[in-house]
Amino acid sequence: MATFLRVDMVPLFAALAAALACALVGNFLVLRRESMLGDAISHSVLPGIVAAFLVTGSRAGLPMFVGAGIAGIVAVLLVELVRRLGRVEPGAAMGVVFSVMFAGGVVLMERAAARHVDLDADCVLYGQLETLVWPVTDEHLRTPLSADALALIPPELWMLLGSLGLVAAVVVLCFKELRVASFDPQLATSLGFSSRLIGHALAVLVAIVTVASFKAVGSILVVAMLVCPAATARMFTDRLHTQVLMSAVGAVVIAGVAYAAGAFGAPAVGLSGSVNIAGAMASVAGVILAGAVVASPTHGVIARARRRRALATRVADEDLLGTLFRAEELGTPVVAMEQLAALLGGADRSARAVQRATAAGLVAREGPGVMLTTLGRDRGAAMIRSHRLWETYLVERAGMRPDHVHDPAELLEHARTPTGAPIDPPASGPIDPHGHPIPGSGSA
Amino acid sequence: MTALAPIADAPWRELFDALTLQRGYTATVVTLGTTVLGAAGGLVGSFAMLRKRALMADTLAHASLPGVAAAFLVAVALGASGKSLAILLPGAAITGVLGVLLVHALTRTGRIRPDAAMAVVLSVMFGLGIVLLSVIQKSDSGQQAGLSTFIYGQTAAMSRSDVLVIAIAAGVAAVLIGLVLKELAYASFDQSHARVTGIPVDRLDLLLMALVVLVTVVALQAVGLVLAVAILVIPPVSARLWTNRLRRMLALSVLFGALGGYGGSVASTVLERLPAGSVIVLVSGCIFAMSLILAPNRGLVAAACRSARLRFEMARDHTLRAIYELADRAGDPWVPAASLATQRGASPGRTRTLARVLAFTGHVERHADRVRLTDRGTAEARRVTRNHRLWEQYLLTYADVAPSHVDISADHAEHALGADIVDLLEHALASRGALPERLPDHTELEGADA
Repeated sequence: MATFLRVDMVPLFAALAAALACALVGNFLVLRRESMLGDAISHSVLPGIVAAFLVTGSRAGLPMFVGAGIAGIVAVLLVELVRRLGRVEPGAAMGVVFSVMFAGGVVLMERAAARHVDLDADCVLYGQLETLVWPVTDEHLRTPLSADALALIPPELWMLLGSLGLVAAVVVLCFKELRVASFDPQLATSLGFSSRLIGHALAVLVAIVTVASFKAVGSILVVAMLVCPAATARMFTDRLHTQVLMSAVGAVVIAGVAYAAGAFGAPAVGLSGSVNIAGAMASVAGVILAGAVVASPTHGVIARARRRRALATRVADEDLLGTLFRAEELGTPVVAMEQLAALLGGADRSARAVQRATAAGLVAREGPGVMLTTLGRDRGAAMIRSHRLWETYLVERAGMRPDHVHDPAELLEHARTPTGAPIDPPASGPIDPHGHPIPGSGSA
Repeated sequence: MTALAPIADAPWRELFDALTLQRGYTATVVTLGTTVLGAAGGLVGSFAMLRKRALMADTLAHASLPGVAAAFLVAVALGASGKSLAILLPGAAITGVLGVLLVHALTRTGRIRPDAAMAVVLSVMFGLGIVLLSVIQKSDSGQQAGLSTFIYGQTAAMSRSDVLVIAIAAGVAAVLIGLVLKELAYASFDQSHARVTGIPVDRLDLLLMALVVLVTVVALQAVGLVLAVAILVIPPVSARLWTNRLRRMLALSVLFGALGGYGGSVASTVLERLPAGSVIVLVSGCIFAMSLILAPNRGLVAAACRSARLRFEMARDHTLRAIYELADRAGDPWVPAASLATQRGASPGRTRTLARVLAFTGHVERHADRVRLTDRGTAEARRVTRNHRLWEQYLLTYADVAPSHVDISADHAEHALGADIVDLLEHALASRGALPERLPDHTELEGADA
């Protein structure tokens, strides 16, 4: 327990706070299609941090926040300028600005290194969560909440908790404004709060979160925590409230799982020492997102494949009934299986459709072929009604030529519209553009 | 000469030697390598930018880290040297390509937009790479030191064979782009039309991404994976500021890329303590900054000149009209400068300056504290007043703007009205019987012109 408190408690809280703060801001970056702005800002703050350090000579939190905030704003303004003057895509403008600023930061850092101070790029890039230990004595641990013990907590944790509080307050208090500005910038501007200003405010928040979490997760992995929880939540919901809450929960899960896997899991499977926890957080976030992309019940790959399959099955079944109904109209109610295979696009497809329709009591076997039952005839009539009404619609309302409307109607007939038909039967009589009768609706 | 600058002599000599490739074999090799690399980046990057895939290079570069780390682990497990580029670079290329494919797959879900997909792949694969690196650093193979060079690059360690690899990659890129230049240009500017005319846009994109992979992987060693994107993005964006012609832009982009690579490595041989990769990016950044300031049309200086000129023309037009209207109202061609200032709502000093400028251009005569329009000034003032009144009347008649608001709106629009639009306005208003009263006469105007 004492080891946990000393070695693991502060890093764990730091990881949780960084993940939560990033996830909350990240929702709006993802919605505004500015995810890569997170990447750009997290690189661009480097010269700000180093310059603040060179000017003040201290690693205290406040100057670094200010430096990073200024650098973040400068980066956003420069990106806008380059985009406007160069008329290039935002991505290219970001690429120019952040790579130059980052290179400037690296060079500045070399100057800092020349003064024998501890500020290295590796820490900025990957974070060193593991170094945030709580150097308390056993004496302190008896009263862990005493002022003496709390004073020993690394200042990075307070910075993170502070920025988490700030981000949470902004998201809660300005939720409405952020939402409008993210979904409809013009509306936001005409309602009187400039979406440009909100964009800049968001950039400042990203800069603050980045500099607060750089010790914990590093500047590139900040991007993972900004984007992954929000993107994961978007796989499950269309509501912004739900998305923000889900991303927050996701961030906590990611940080917890990654910390457990990195600090305790890795030694358990025989790796000497722990693995880089920030890297583990990004990896866990990626795995969770991949899981959501595959398995989300609403938007996942599997769910969508299943929906497509169900649709294909329904179309095949409906085509079978329609085909048999047409055969009946022509006076040959029994259709041989080979003929059905030719009409329905494949022996396999038609055999399975016949099997399903037989089981549902819609068609009956008749010697070497099949014919409609009474129930099947009603459903077939409904399909042909839909088909011929669509043909009528395409000719009368859409102005297409009668010999061009069959193929589109073949697709449209399966559409489930609220009224069931695109158009009422023509007043002159229920006849379609090809002269075929339009069957009455099912109830008639 | 030696007496002139004995102190500065050594550094200038060094710089001159570096510029003329006389700083020894290694420095020459490095300079050649970065120059060719910059040129290749400028070429391939131009199309990546035009196809709006500039940041794909960034994603790809970051996604190559797990490949490098995994290749290292495999090499060590097989007993080979973990630092051999022949093993590490293919590893980088494999996961880089995997990253690009993942971005496509995520985008195809329809729920994750390209920007988020790139950010996710970039950061997650980089995170995976860092986990692998932390595992490697705790193993005891004794070779791990070389891997971190991939993050910041190690330009100075470039060998002759590395330069050869860069030159081959650049040659391949140049030849392939040369073969499909026309098609690529077409697809870059009008994708749907290119598709309709039968140009295989998707396959061209595939080729382009392959070239981006090639240049990025080669650039890893030189500038490192964080800054590899700079090689592909900065030169084309700089070149874009100078011209709207594709071929000119390509040539400039290649030139800027080469200059960035050359200047960067020269600078870093002189400033030995600075990381060369970052210096190359900073030199490119300087080229970009100069382009941003100096480029004709798009540059900041050009834009500032344009807006200053427009502001001056607007002030001149307003002053001429004010003099014309005041003279008309008072029935006296000599207008006191004080009433002119009141009419324009401008300070007396500003009005006096404008009057002086107008006197210089021959539009007004000044006498004591009064001004009078010359013939030339009268003609110009009639034209301006005419435009203003026609536009006011148009706004009243067609746009339902309240009478008290039209003056200001017309103040802004009148300067942009060409002769043809003025004719149209006049005809439209005349046909509705809505021509403004006291409109300066057209024939009179032409007479004055002649």
